[in-house]
Amino acid sequence: MIGAEAPVFIPLAFLVSAMLALLLGVISRPLAYVTAIVGSAAALFFSVRGLQAVLADGPISYHLAGWMPPLGIELYLDPLAGFFCVLLSGITLLVMVYGRHSVQHETPRKEVPFYSLAMFLVGGLSGMVMTGDLFNLYVFLEIGALSGYGLVAIGDKRAPVSAFRYLTLGTLGAAFFLLGVAFIFISTGTLNMADIARVLLVSQPTTPIMLGMALIVVGVGLKMALFPMHAWLPDAYTHASSTATALIAPIGTKVAAYILLRVLFFMADPEYVRHDIHLTDVVGYLGAVGIIWASVMAITQKEMKRMLAYSSVAQVGYIALGIGLASPLGFIGAVLHVINHAFMKACLFLVSGSFRLRLGHSSIPKLDHGVGRVLPWTSAAFSIAAISMIGLPPTAGFFSKWYLALGSIEQSNWVFVAVLLISSLMNAVYFFRILERMYLKPRSASDDGKEAEMPQQAAPANNEAPGSMLVPTLVLAAGVLVLGIMNAWGISHIIEPMIPEGL
Amino acid sequence: MTSDMVYTTPIPFLAIMVSLIAVPLILLSRNRPNLREGWTLAAALVKFALILYLLPAALQGRIAEFTIIEIARGIDLQLRVDPMGIFFALVASSLWILTSFYSIGYVRGAHEKKQTRYFASFAVCLSATIGIAFSANLLTFLIFYEILSLATYPLVVHKESDEAYRSGRMYLVYALTAGVILIAAVGWTYLLAGSADFVPGGLLAGIIEDPGIARALFIMFMVGVGVKAGIMPLHSWLPRAMVAPTPVSALLHAVAVVKSGVFGVIRIVGFVFGPDTMQAFDLNLILAVFAGATIILASLIALRQDNLKALLAYSTVGHLSYIVLGMALLSPDGFLGGIMHLANHATMKITLFFCAGAIYVNLHKTEISELDGIGRTMPWTMSMFAIGALGLAGVPPINGFVSKLFLCLGALQADQLIMLGILLVSGLLNAAYFFPIIYRAFLRKGDSNAARFKEASLSMVVPICIVGVLSVLLGFFPNLFFHFYDLAAAAVDGITGITSDNVLAGTLP
Repeated sequence: MIGAEAPVFIPLAFLVSAMLALLLGVISRPLAYVTAIVGSAAALFFSVRGLQAVLADGPISYHLAGWMPPLGIELYLDPLAGFFCVLLSGITLLVMVYGRHSVQHETPRKEVPFYSLAMFLVGGLSGMVMTGDLFNLYVFLEIGALSGYGLVAIGDKRAPVSAFRYLTLGTLGAAFFLLGVAFIFISTGTLNMADIARVLLVSQPTTPIMLGMALIVVGVGLKMALFPMHAWLPDAYTHASSTATALIAPIGTKVAAYILLRVLFFMADPEYVRHDIHLTDVVGYLGAVGIIWASVMAITQKEMKRMLAYSSVAQVGYIALGIGLASPLGFIGAVLHVINHAFMKACLFLVSGSFRLRLGHSSIPKLDHGVGRVLPWTSAAFSIAAISMIGLPPTAGFFSKWYLALGSIEQSNWVFVAVLLISSLMNAVYFFRILERMYLKPRSASDDGKEAEMPQQAAPANNEAPGSMLVPTLVLAAGVLVLGIMNAWGISHIIEPMIPEGL
Repeated sequence: MTSDMVYTTPIPFLAIMVSLIAVPLILLSRNRPNLREGWTLAAALVKFALILYLLPAALQGRIAEFTIIEIARGIDLQLRVDPMGIFFALVASSLWILTSFYSIGYVRGAHEKKQTRYFASFAVCLSATIGIAFSANLLTFLIFYEILSLATYPLVVHKESDEAYRSGRMYLVYALTAGVILIAAVGWTYLLAGSADFVPGGLLAGIIEDPGIARALFIMFMVGVGVKAGIMPLHSWLPRAMVAPTPVSALLHAVAVVKSGVFGVIRIVGFVFGPDTMQAFDLNLILAVFAGATIILASLIALRQDNLKALLAYSTVGHLSYIVLGMALLSPDGFLGGIMHLANHATMKITLFFCAGAIYVNLHKTEISELDGIGRTMPWTMSMFAIGALGLAGVPPINGFVSKLFLCLGALQADQLIMLGILLVSGLLNAAYFFPIIYRAFLRKGDSNAARFKEASLSMVVPICIVGVLSVLLGFFPNLFFHFYDLAAAAVDGITGITSDNVLAGTLP
């Protein structure tokens, strides 16, 4: 039965198609595209079956090569991991479908390595989501990270520099993580996360454990671009091709955030993390500062992708803030925001890619009211995602902020409440700036200099993005609405059963 | 409230959805204006009919409920048709019909651009307004409230001029800031009470013990809804938003949007805090001070306006605070007067805005100083303007007198003589700023070529006359249409906890 074997099939589907894409790409470039789509579709299929099995029969523990944990490597699929896999492979499938024109347009003749690396990336990420073993987590993390560096490097002229920066910092993060794992291993004698949890529960907290946890938080924090370790992200997102960004931004940092949740609340005792070493406080306040800082930076950006990149840093801050609350409401808010943000950000980056294809740029000052008419559906998708980023109901973004706000009020943490509210307004500033330009006439003050352009602005023809790009964008935008309206179902069926006991 | 008084029906939901369904139809028929306006009118009529259908049961004290979906953990997206809700829904939906007719005449007469966007946004606004009216809990209210904020934005910037952009941005800043503060207030209430339902007499009654928390929460709520209700110093967006086309000013800035804010005040005073909690923590004083100051200041500013719509805007700011003041009095007649004024001010102010729009479309005049002798050019329009203006000043027998009478009685009931004074002074000020207009229109001679008869198009004059006559009729018979008085009285009874039992037992609260 596929359900019980699903944990191993999901990363396998990605990794196999990554290699197949390389081989078949030699024969014909479009075959690499097809392979990536088939691979993601297969992974999505296995993820759905896996989730079904998990919801029906409870968590699945898969022992690689039959070795029993804690010695062998365990892949562990619970409802949350199952849902994450569905999300991850679903978004991958959409982005891959989207890639057809965009990749060709932005990075011609590099399709084959692109699709292969993309598959390696999500293969690594899906492994990270499911693995029950700390060292194995490191391996998957590096598979994902290395292909991520490559993927960023396939971009515009400045991409290799950004990729190198990403590589330096990313490797540093991985090194911290590994060091942390070593400390934990020395103290507990095991690498299996469930096993570590059992040992930590009965053992006295020692300095090495504390150090190990802190190092892991730093390492994962670097990967998820937690302020002030976000320096690699804006450049990497801006210079990578749109499709690559649309893949890395929603999934890459979110999986790192998910790992942070797992490590802090499932592997360690939440009580210990919160009260004895105050790790969650540190994460929460870093998140809060990051939200404000990155929002300010986003407001000052002129390039849409760069603005979205800073906005990503801010959104990661929300997740960190939810982790920092270390309460059931904070947990719900953080997990929900991971999911919501994946949808919103993927949608927004896809839109910026469509702008690049059709308008030749995604520079905010150059957008004008023709955009709403040239790309009506793409613009509509952008509006929905933007409203969700601001956090207005009934879109998904409102509800994750709602739970985060509830969690903050519950603990009388007015700093967090204020940060959440102010950042909402700052989001409004930088998104309405674009919406205004997309739909309304330019302000007359700027008209004078542009007299010559006016005639062609008068009747912009409808030049909507091709179907392979439009459909994924619209699906994601619809997803933002559906996630918003259906959030209570998701919380009661998937997130609430997963709230760790110690919270 | 016994359970047999509550019944489930999807009609409130349908009433909200009607105009949302109309939106794609309006967008699709953008190249066929007659069909497009047909959708608007159809949606307006169907919406009104659906709400009217709910009325008989509401008058018998039966409450329709509909749960759409569990929208957040522990809170449903739920609709409840209580007397207060249906009162507001009736006002908004009936005036939407008239505004639709009027809008068609106005946008065509004024050759407005982007009429499709205009009608589509209008329809969304009305959905949100009815949603606000029927919200059964704070979160549902909040969701529709935010949708309303968003949907109004395209209408405010409709002219796409620099001034419109500035006003639009200002509107967004005010509305969104208020929105996020409201989110925090709603969340806090939910955590304190364990529920977010509107309960007649107060959800938080007996729950809050710390005066600091009570005041902080109350102020957050008042900032949240006060922006739309135009309570000073949160009112600045409202006169600026008058840059929008006049029907928008008329329906949204005299009826739907600002009244949603006031309706929010009513919900929060009567259904979240409740009169007892308000009294216990002196929250009514906070409200009364701001409302009283707003009434006087807005009237004084209105005196100095030359732009007709700006004058009407400040007049609106002042009259909204009548309603807020009625709530702050915490006496049954005060509540009654406030709630009645919600409907009465709507009919009168919409008359005045309609007139201002007709003058603009017909003669392209916006300033009061240009209106000399206009009473002879547009006799029907200006007669109705006079009725609306007199009504707002509180002259009997127009409906403004009725609500003001109850407000004054309420002030006496509550022993608030200062408030009584404010109401009376403001009546004089109203007369002072409206009288010059009427004087110019009818008694001064205009320039010769303006003297000939030139009334606005029928689709504008007929709605103007209807709302004007409506104001007079409601003054004579407050119960004539849809039992407005009974509904208001029922809503007040719910808030103050008066039932026939405790009247007979002599245990009035």
